[in-house]
Amino acid sequence: MAFLEISNIKKSFGKTEVLKGIDFTMEKGEVLVIIGSSGSGKTTLLRCINFLETPDSGSITVNGENLFKAGEPYSDREKREKRLHFGMVFQQFNLFPQYTVLKNITLAPELREFKDKKLSRAEKKALSLQIEKNARLLLETVGLSEKAASYPCELSGGQQQRVAIARALALRPDILCFDEPTSALDPELTGEVLRVIRGLKSSDRTMIVVTHEMNFARGVADKVIYMADGVIEEFGTPDEVFGKPKSDKTKAFLSSAKD
Amino acid sequence: MSFTDIMKSLSDGFSVTLMIFGITLAASLPLGLVFTFGSMSKILPLRWLTKFVVWVVRGTPLMLQIILIFYGPGLLNWDLKFSRLNAVLIAFIINYSCYFSEIYRAGLESIPKGQYEAGQVLGMTKPQIFFRVVLMQVVKRIVPPMGNEIITLVKDTSLARVIAVTELVKAAEDIISHYANIKVYIYIAVFYLAFTALVTWLLHLAEKKLSYYSV
Ligand SMILES: Nc1ncnc2c1ncn2[C@@H]1O[C@H](COP(=O)(O)OP(=O)(O)O)[C@@H](O)[C@H]1O
Ligand SMILES: [Mg+2]
Repeated sequence: MAFLEISNIKKSFGKTEVLKGIDFTMEKGEVLVIIGSSGSGKTTLLRCINFLETPDSGSITVNGENLFKAGEPYSDREKREKRLHFGMVFQQFNLFPQYTVLKNITLAPELREFKDKKLSRAEKKALSLQIEKNARLLLETVGLSEKAASYPCELSGGQQQRVAIARALALRPDILCFDEPTSALDPELTGEVLRVIRGLKSSDRTMIVVTHEMNFARGVADKVIYMADGVIEEFGTPDEVFGKPKSDKTKAFLSSAKD
Repeated sequence: MSFTDIMKSLSDGFSVTLMIFGITLAASLPLGLVFTFGSMSKILPLRWLTKFVVWVVRGTPLMLQIILIFYGPGLLNWDLKFSRLNAVLIAFIINYSCYFSEIYRAGLESIPKGQYEAGQVLGMTKPQIFFRVVLMQVVKRIVPPMGNEIITLVKDTSLARVIAVTELVKAAEDIISHYANIKVYIYIAVFYLAFTALVTWLLHLAEKKLSYYSV
């Protein structure tokens, strides 16, 4: 049984069917890259996986645990627990502007650890320190240790996105999703973000990355999905998809992406 | 009438002005939020009702509202009578709650959806997202428009004299009608200026305190 199993995910907005039955699986430690022209449903797919949208049909299973089955009612509380199997890095970073970089990373873990628990002052303090220590380690991972006390508005886009990655990692998700993490950045800032993602791959993070950076995709991916019009048009290793694409649509997309 | 006597009468009027200002502000700041939630509610009748009330209140003069609340019940033979001051306070509180609620709503709607979604994917509850993520950003955005309304409130308190509540302007008029001392108008202008200057300064401090980040 695969680590992540996505089966028959469908999603419509009103009359437009955006996802028309998505199936794929991935293994632990793999990096899955999703490419496809804009409007093909990549964001919607990631949002379904992260419970920001509810699919109309299909199921999602991680590590043998069924997280979603269409038609079943889930309470807010259940959704919260289930979505923590996934992390999400948005195109627009979405850092919390009123908090320092460090607080952006520690806020959610603290809220989570302190909630519904009767902790003594000393226990809280110890837990806080633990969370902060972990946050500082993550900042080191993304190369921003010296920015812990800065506010998001004081950082470049590339730095903000690296903080967003650290923030997502702080909740220890099984699978980290990226939705075009460099699309909102100036070209000279994409490199630092892509470098961080490559670094995560070498530490065996399981990741799903939607991107338009074809060279990066080819280099970092274990598996590649090419999506078109809400279906998976092509699926395979980078060499298969980029080197010998089977479908004409894929060929057309890849040659247009070259220039 | 000596200067000291004039000042004493004006101070009495000013304390009524201050009271109308303070009570209206203290009640309308939270009540406005209730109106905001009403006007953004998923329960349609509640939303329509709130929006209708806000529309009526913002579309008619505050002076008229004061008159209606004071004389209205009697004219309709209702078994309900407010004291002059209470009628003024009720009218002011409802009026300012409606204006504040619109500012709050605009503030809430200006927060990007991504902020809520970032909170969601980080496993936060709805109240956590509201209080820990959204609220401070809203506060920062609404301080300038709220400041304008609050300054307006300082001056609007003078409308209370329409039903003979002796606030600052009425206190001045009472003196002038007896002693024809036109300088009294200048004195009360100084009262208002000093008060608005203080309020402006406090608002400026609030803005400065929130200037450490930008949204
Ligand atoms: N909330 C929504 N309501 C209506 N239509 C939507 C919504 N979200 C996405 N869509 C539509 O779904 C299609 C796929 O969008 P998206 O998943 O963002 O594609 P991609 O990320 O591949 O560019 C687009 O045509 C878009 O207009
Ligand atoms: Mg997209």
